[in-house]
Amino acid sequence: MRALVSRLLVATALLSAPAALSAHRQWLLPSTTIVSGTDNWVTVDAAVSNDLFYPDHFPMQTESIQVWQPDGSTGAIQNAAKGRYRSTFDVQLDKPGTWKIGTASTNVSGSFKLNGEDWTVGRRRGPPRGPEGAGRPAHSVATAADIPAGATDVKLTEMSSRNEIFVTAGEPTATVLKPTGKGLDMEPVTHPDSLVSNEPARFRFLIDGKPAAGLKVTLIPGGKRYRDSEGVMELATGADGVLEVKWPAPGMYWLNATTTDNHPATPRATERRMSYTSTLEVMAP
Amino acid sequence: MRPTSVLLLGGALAAPATAGTVTVTVPRLSVAEYHRPYVAVWLEPAGGGTPRTLAVWYDIRKAGNEPGTKWLSELRAWWRKGGRGMAMPADGISGATQAPGPHNIALPADLKPGAYVLNVEAARETGGRELVSVPVNLPAGNARATGKAELGAVTLSAR
Repeated sequence: MRALVSRLLVATALLSAPAALSAHRQWLLPSTTIVSGTDNWVTVDAAVSNDLFYPDHFPMQTESIQVWQPDGSTGAIQNAAKGRYRSTFDVQLDKPGTWKIGTASTNVSGSFKLNGEDWTVGRRRGPPRGPEGAGRPAHSVATAADIPAGATDVKLTEMSSRNEIFVTAGEPTATVLKPTGKGLDMEPVTHPDSLVSNEPARFRFLIDGKPAAGLKVTLIPGGKRYRDSEGVMELATGADGVLEVKWPAPGMYWLNATTTDNHPATPRATERRMSYTSTLEVMAP
Repeated sequence: MRPTSVLLLGGALAAPATAGTVTVTVPRLSVAEYHRPYVAVWLEPAGGGTPRTLAVWYDIRKAGNEPGTKWLSELRAWWRKGGRGMAMPADGISGATQAPGPHNIALPADLKPGAYVLNVEAARETGGRELVSVPVNLPAGNARATGKAELGAVTLSAR
């Protein structure tokens, strides 16, 4: 549990939301994932909270939200607004096919010593915490490249995360589903906008383009307030990296996978933490 | 309404080898706000294969920012089975929404003999949605099923 909490914290930290010591989940909730024609818009809620999909904690930043149009080219969000508990934005689905909307980021954080003092990397949070930290200058640099030459005890962790949703106008297409080959990818076997509750769905997870065998994946249905159990499904991928999901009911599901390894792309980093998040809409048959 | 009737009549007059008629009954509902349902009728080969849409009834007159096609995806089973790949209006297939009562749809002349599942799906604005599926052997077989809420009797009679 503790490991899970700390991994989820990574995702939370990337949002530059206040560092709260609990398993807050970052989520994107589209108003729909299936539309008819190219006159439609999708409106998306974006927030960080414990329960899905109740915005009751912090809004997600919208500056880093990206849009991939069906042909793979870059699109744009519109009407972005930040509320107390959630952000919201729109995407005009003016081309047929499958759109991808979300965030993809890689950050590096860590620490080093300089002249006997502790410094941090990638944490822009002002002076060190605690009573002894008050009044001291922020011993922090923004990126690994800013580490001074005389630094010792350099410990760096690379954190890469994706959070993406898929919306299809008309017939589904696969251009935006292609894995990037970098970090943790989800490559749908079942199209994410063709999910129906009476058919199992399959998704392949890849790390640097290779099947992620035995990867733990969490799925949580929305609407916890209207049932007793959280309804969490803790699943794992097979040897081929494929996850099979049997849906208990139609609805919106939050999917998250986190893992660590020691193959970071960042020079001097020793550890890599990877997170993949999506929201999937499962239709009734 | 009128183009549909003409097209259906045209199909019937062709007097094909696998002539037959699907009859879909739109039920009369006692509700405060009634809108005629969107309806899709399609045949799926029983052993899998490409579904064939026989009829789609939607609001063909509504245009502008929110054309009648906007809500076709609410026929969610049909949409997933192939509706999302069709261009509307579809010649000989699409037409206006229909009033309560029985409506006849001629089976296409070039339908291959075999085992099929006849599907009729209805979705109504401010109302419900229902899918009625019934197996049928063509060209000789007959089929009959009845919806519970959004559809009345659904029959297929070979001739």
